[in-house]
Amino acid sequence: MAAADAHIRVHGLTMAYGSFVLMRDLTFAVPRGAVFVVMGGSGSGKSTLLRHLIGLNEPAAGEVFYGDVSFTRATPEAREGMLRRFGVLYQSGALFSSLTLAENVGLPLGEYTHLSPAEIREVAALKLALVGLRGFEDYYPSQISGGMQKRAGLARAIALDPEILFFDEPSAGLDPVSSRRLDDLILELRHSLGATVVVVTHELASIFAIADDSVLLDADSRTIIASGPPRELLAQSADPRVHAFLTRGEERPGAETHG
Amino acid sequence: MSGSGTFSVARVDDALCVHLTGVWSLDRGLPPPAAVERSLEGAASARRVVFDTAGLGTWDSSLVTFVAQLVERCMRLGVGIERRGLPPGLLRLLALAEAVPEKAGARAHPVRASIPVRIGTATIAAWKEIVGWLAFLGGATLALGRFLIGRARYRRVDLAIELQDAGARALPIVTLISFLVGMIMAFVGAVQLQQFGASIYVANMVAIAMAREMGAMMTAIIMAGRTGSAYAAQLGTMNVSQEIDALTTMGIPAMDFLVLPRMLALSLMLPLLAVYADFVGIVGGAVVATGMLDVSLVQYWEQTKSALTVTDFATGVGKSAVFGILVAVAGCLQGMRSGRSAAAVGASATAAVVSAIVLVIVADGLFAVVFNLLGI
Repeated sequence: MAAADAHIRVHGLTMAYGSFVLMRDLTFAVPRGAVFVVMGGSGSGKSTLLRHLIGLNEPAAGEVFYGDVSFTRATPEAREGMLRRFGVLYQSGALFSSLTLAENVGLPLGEYTHLSPAEIREVAALKLALVGLRGFEDYYPSQISGGMQKRAGLARAIALDPEILFFDEPSAGLDPVSSRRLDDLILELRHSLGATVVVVTHELASIFAIADDSVLLDADSRTIIASGPPRELLAQSADPRVHAFLTRGEERPGAETHG
Repeated sequence: MSGSGTFSVARVDDALCVHLTGVWSLDRGLPPPAAVERSLEGAASARRVVFDTAGLGTWDSSLVTFVAQLVERCMRLGVGIERRGLPPGLLRLLALAEAVPEKAGARAHPVRASIPVRIGTATIAAWKEIVGWLAFLGGATLALGRFLIGRARYRRVDLAIELQDAGARALPIVTLISFLVGMIMAFVGAVQLQQFGASIYVANMVAIAMAREMGAMMTAIIMAGRTGSAYAAQLGTMNVSQEIDALTTMGIPAMDFLVLPRMLALSLMLPLLAVYADFVGIVGGAVVATGMLDVSLVQYWEQTKSALTVTDFATGVGKSAVFGILVAVAGCLQGMRSGRSAAAVGASATAAVVSAIVLVIVADGLFAVVFNLLGI
């Protein structure tokens, strides 16, 4: 992977809570315009990795670059400018419960653009229509289902036409059909917005449906044990841990004959 | 707005051609709706609308919003739209926005209710509130009954923690407030009593006011703000995270497990805190009296002893036991009935403090009338 077309580069990142090291020496690059999946079992630190990428946690060592600019060493002002170009969909939507959907989506627009309230409402209505929530502008988050909350969270994440979209477990808590629709939506938005997408998930169906590239984190070895397109990993990886993860722990065909 | 995206409209044969030029960016705003309306005036006679994007620079959601509005208006006018001229990315976004049609009846229409309807709604809500209080009081009484016959299902350690939190941990704030209240009363009284040469009676005033009224009331108000609100927030958050549902499905009554230890803790600790507050308040009065007036510490102490009776203490302590129950009930009730969002938990904590303070003051007024009638 040439460094020139990498949108996000992570170099020697070590994540730790106090003296407890979660992952060490993570190095990978996310190509511009790709759907990049961070895979790993529960507790392997993939959500923590996402928090490091968007600046909610600070690395114990190593650096995160966006393009050629270091995010880790950026001044708070520069960092704020970089964050403005990110959209993040949190695990449960993270909608503000005291605001309607239109106000939720309009909040970043009101903070960072000079649009009038009427224009903000127009744009918010469009964003909600993009995620299939036309007509739900005046609903409060508590009045809609979990899947709709997640889509509304996505509408808020794309409010400012982000260059990079981060998804934390997009299919968690969704039924298979809604989860599939959300995957399609992610792909469609990637195409039409031209954004780079980083998805943290352990949902195999999603992984194979959307990923262009991936890394697999392993809790025991505390680092990346595989990287590349998931289908290639499944076909080519000789590592039994990679194979087990990508096949839900099924035995490799013919493996039992050795035992 | 230099360099911002603009549009112009020209008539080409039977079609209306919308020329989109420049850089369209959310930072630079959208074209005013009036201009859009005006430009479409000629559209009614046109058979179709076409787009020309030869001069279009980079674009973002502002252009999508604009085109979506235009499409919607044209559909209302019954004019056909040819989208071929638009950039492919924009076409895809438009298709995505239109993919899910608006659900019929989804849009909420705020209806302004007539006055009788609003009075009726408010009355029903008030009635439900009263029923809620009564049901909660009933549940709490049953839980207390189970506790007394030793069949309540709670963890002793929870009760101990609540006792510690509502008791020992509240001492610093109770000390500070009662000391200051004692001082303030002594100040106010000293100025008046000095005029009659009766400064020594400051001791009587502070002692009786603290023991009968201020000790109980101030601790109740402090605990409403400190502990009653905490109960509402704790139980409300437990409601949000389905912990109360989990208890219910395990067959453990939330009333026993969560509410009982809290109510016991507060109604046991508040009388103790009130007695403590009485003494600290009297000390505060003594500091002012000995510092400002010509009263020695021994004189103040003797005067206080002769002024106070056991009845004074008993009324204060008795009242504070009732206040403790009121504050605990208000906190736990609001917490248990809280909605499942951050805003709802905040609202229930507010409601807990407000209703606790109102109840305490109203109850105090009733006590004053009753004690007066009984001649206590």
